[in-house]
Amino acid sequence: MREQRFVREALKAGPRLFRLSLGVTAVFFVLLMRLWYLQIVKAEDYQNLSENNRLRLVPVAAPRGTILDRNGKPMIWNRPSFSVAVFRQDVKNKDLLFGQLAGYLDLERAELYEKWDQSRGRAKYYPIIVASGITQDQLEFLEENRLNLPGVDIQMKPVREYAESGSAVHLAGYIGEISEQDLAKEEFRKYNPGDYVGKDGLERVWEHDLHGEDGGRQIEVDARGRVLRTVAENTPAIGNSVMLTIDRDIQARAEKALGEKAGAAVALDVNTGEVLAFASSPAFNPALFTGRIPHKVWDAYMEDVRHPLINKVLSGQYPPGSTFKIVTALAGLEEGLINEQTSVHCNGSYTLGNRTYHCWQKRGHGTVNLKMALKQSCDVYFYHLADRLGVDRIAAYARKYRLGMKTGIQLEHEKPGLIPSTEWKELKYRQKWIRGETISVGIGQGYVLTTPLQLASMMASVANGGTVYRPFVVRKVVDQDGKVLKEFRPEVLGVAGISPRSLALVKEGLQAVVNEPGGTGGASRIAEVKVGGKTGTSQVVKLRTGKGNPYQFRDHALFVAFAPVDKPEIAVAVVVEHGEHGGSTAAPVAGAILRAYFEGKGVIKKQVARQERFSSAAGTDTGGD
Amino acid sequence: MPMIDRRLLTSFDWAFLSLTLVIAAIGVLNIFSATSSYTLAGTPYYLKQIYWILTGLALVVAVCSVDYHLLDDIAYGVYGAVVVLLLLVLLVGKTSMGATRWLHLGFFSIQPSEPMKIVVIIILARVFSRYPVTTALGIKELGVPFLIVGVPALLIMKQPDLGTAILVLLIAGSMMLAVGVRLSCIVISTLAAIPALFLGWHFYLREYQKNRLLDFLNPERSRLGSGYHIIQSKIAVGSGGFTGKGYLKGTQTQLRFLPEQHTDFAFSVFSEEWGFLGCFVVLVLYFCLILWGLHIATRCNDRFGSLLAVGVTAMLFWHIAINIGMVIGLFPVVGVPLPFFSYGGTSMVTSMVGVALLLNISMRRYMF
Repeated sequence: MREQRFVREALKAGPRLFRLSLGVTAVFFVLLMRLWYLQIVKAEDYQNLSENNRLRLVPVAAPRGTILDRNGKPMIWNRPSFSVAVFRQDVKNKDLLFGQLAGYLDLERAELYEKWDQSRGRAKYYPIIVASGITQDQLEFLEENRLNLPGVDIQMKPVREYAESGSAVHLAGYIGEISEQDLAKEEFRKYNPGDYVGKDGLERVWEHDLHGEDGGRQIEVDARGRVLRTVAENTPAIGNSVMLTIDRDIQARAEKALGEKAGAAVALDVNTGEVLAFASSPAFNPALFTGRIPHKVWDAYMEDVRHPLINKVLSGQYPPGSTFKIVTALAGLEEGLINEQTSVHCNGSYTLGNRTYHCWQKRGHGTVNLKMALKQSCDVYFYHLADRLGVDRIAAYARKYRLGMKTGIQLEHEKPGLIPSTEWKELKYRQKWIRGETISVGIGQGYVLTTPLQLASMMASVANGGTVYRPFVVRKVVDQDGKVLKEFRPEVLGVAGISPRSLALVKEGLQAVVNEPGGTGGASRIAEVKVGGKTGTSQVVKLRTGKGNPYQFRDHALFVAFAPVDKPEIAVAVVVEHGEHGGSTAAPVAGAILRAYFEGKGVIKKQVARQERFSSAAGTDTGGD
Repeated sequence: MPMIDRRLLTSFDWAFLSLTLVIAAIGVLNIFSATSSYTLAGTPYYLKQIYWILTGLALVVAVCSVDYHLLDDIAYGVYGAVVVLLLLVLLVGKTSMGATRWLHLGFFSIQPSEPMKIVVIIILARVFSRYPVTTALGIKELGVPFLIVGVPALLIMKQPDLGTAILVLLIAGSMMLAVGVRLSCIVISTLAAIPALFLGWHFYLREYQKNRLLDFLNPERSRLGSGYHIIQSKIAVGSGGFTGKGYLKGTQTQLRFLPEQHTDFAFSVFSEEWGFLGCFVVLVLYFCLILWGLHIATRCNDRFGSLLAVGVTAMLFWHIAINIGMVIGLFPVVGVPLPFFSYGGTSMVTSMVGVALLLNISMRRYMF
């Protein structure tokens, strides 16, 4: 019988339960006394406070963390900006006020009503931000007329200030007012409307480190909205600093060298994968995105054929052109199809079946071996080689260098590029691969697409002997006290596994491209340091008709380089959109970046750099490749 | 077999049930006022609350029709099941407002930390009822109960849901006190805990860490929010004065200065509109409810039932004390609702099941 367990067990709990009820009584007594204190002793104070609820909340935005270059030089920091806030409960006449504000601040009235309506569901003490980044004149005007504008408050917010040059805007991204979609997300649950958040680039990826913790003041105001006292204060905590792998000086030179031309330049430390420079051009003005971007400016950005808002370093996909010959050459050497001596006669064209493929040099290069073929960028040599290799073997070597796949750099919008293969074409088009298509692939045309970042990574890997690192841009995250919160180390993605002998042969050719007479990349030559590189020109449209073409139909110019040749440290990839010839437009940019790097190291003197500019070094053929 | 004995019906504690329903009715009136400024499509909150009360009453009938001694037998099984659910919440639970508390089971969701409160009461009642009656508990005897409570408390803390974790610990502590704990044991644990917490808070943690910790423990707490909530709530309560501002006339409420005013801060709304007098009445009602619960525990003839009653009463008591303490600024803001008063199905169901257990114990007091 189950019940027997319980029957008549002596409890002896009576006295203890009595003591518990005494405890309960005491707690209820305390609650009652507290209510007495609040509702009877202090009633008048609280009634005063509630009458017009006199408490206001003034949010104090935390200054965002700064973005520093690898040496601690600031690239992006903060300056104060003023915004106009409206406290709903202090507004006596909404229509009148909005009329005034619209006039003073050059705003649309409808926009003010919209913001007012959006804040309906929120607590009364949260201010509505109606305008951000007002001008000095507007600020002074509002300050003078404050008494006639009940409910209006001016709040200071830190906004971004950018280094004059070398702030890498495409990498850094920009900040702006948080969108309604973001506000609804879990990760932004602590944000309020009007708060600034990173919208793109590093500002977005590192938002939660850079943002800091916003603070606020609780103030008591009188019936006319004047501040009586601060009830409580919560000081904001400055955001963490993000220290990049970028060198601001190199970055500045890269940006300057690209100038207004559309293109991208990226430099990597070949032994770590650290990104030393990350430039996309033309640049945009990130400060314009903080407030409301004027329609005119926005339209101008959108209509610009040079696409200033696109981050071309990792979103731009270009046929690599002759820079891809590095891969084709390595594939040929590794597969034993060619060696140092293997030579091909170039008479300006190559025929396969009933199709003729032209060399860029119409009169031909004569008999060329590998070194000469690389140096003069002879297409016919690589047509032969590509045909013997077949597309799948070329693709296998391209993949060893992780071309055609995302590097996984910690940034948004990275594009994968494309390395075609028979299998790919079968899947994509349900068609057999055509032998002639391999010819184009061998010189980086046809279906082949790469991003400048991938090309730089490939160049770095060739330079360092085969290790493929994941490119990274952030070295560490540091808090306000200088304490390192996160630190990033090089990450090896893979090893290409190319024999040192093959690498040495290709590097010898690349060295000749820059340093020997007749090389196509002489414009990147530096007297003190031996540079190796490869030019490239990628066709935008099939027919090639030369200089007279409209801008959009001109070829893209490319150049990849590394230095010093004997003990490589830095690799560079440059793309100049519609720049026509790699040797004449892209190589000088690479040269400028390399100079900046070696100047920074003290290897070459600054004065030498003066004459760098776009003058192509004498005695070299910069006509094309 | 489970036919209802006539004696069970005659000894049913109608007065106790009425007391809870009176409080719940005041709660509905108050929710009507608290939400009258809301523009909301769909069923209004006060009506939904009435549905929840009716659901609760159905549960009362269901729970009372089964002898509560059944719980003694299934205690371990139920405990194990709910602990597994808590583990599942951490693994695959649904995250909202920075905490993971809900578990999706196809067509409906549950929050296992709620039933855990009652399961902890049941299992501790079983464990303690097996202990010899004469001796007070020492460190050795508390080992198993400590483990039994510690595991779910830690799991709930990890969600994170500080309020519920604290409640589970307080309920367990209250039950231990009811069984009797050796004075030395209380003294030692208190002496060990207080300086450890104090030193940790003041010397080990830096300001921002304290903030982060508070944020972590209570994700609803926004950096600016929590201080405001307390101040606005105190203004509401204080400005109510002796007689209150009148029903539907609380300015803090109607202008929506109060946070969570129909749920955790419902009592704040009531205080503003009904003043000290109204608060006094509600406090007296709650006081009677608690004393009645202890009375049921005292007159129950078996140890398991008595401890069960103490546990349920402790659960209700701590909810009441912490919620009202929070609203009037005596306790930090942790999300603990006021039983029968705050809007919400979860809280209503848990509280009603608690009341049903007390009624069950009360009506079967003559059976042995």
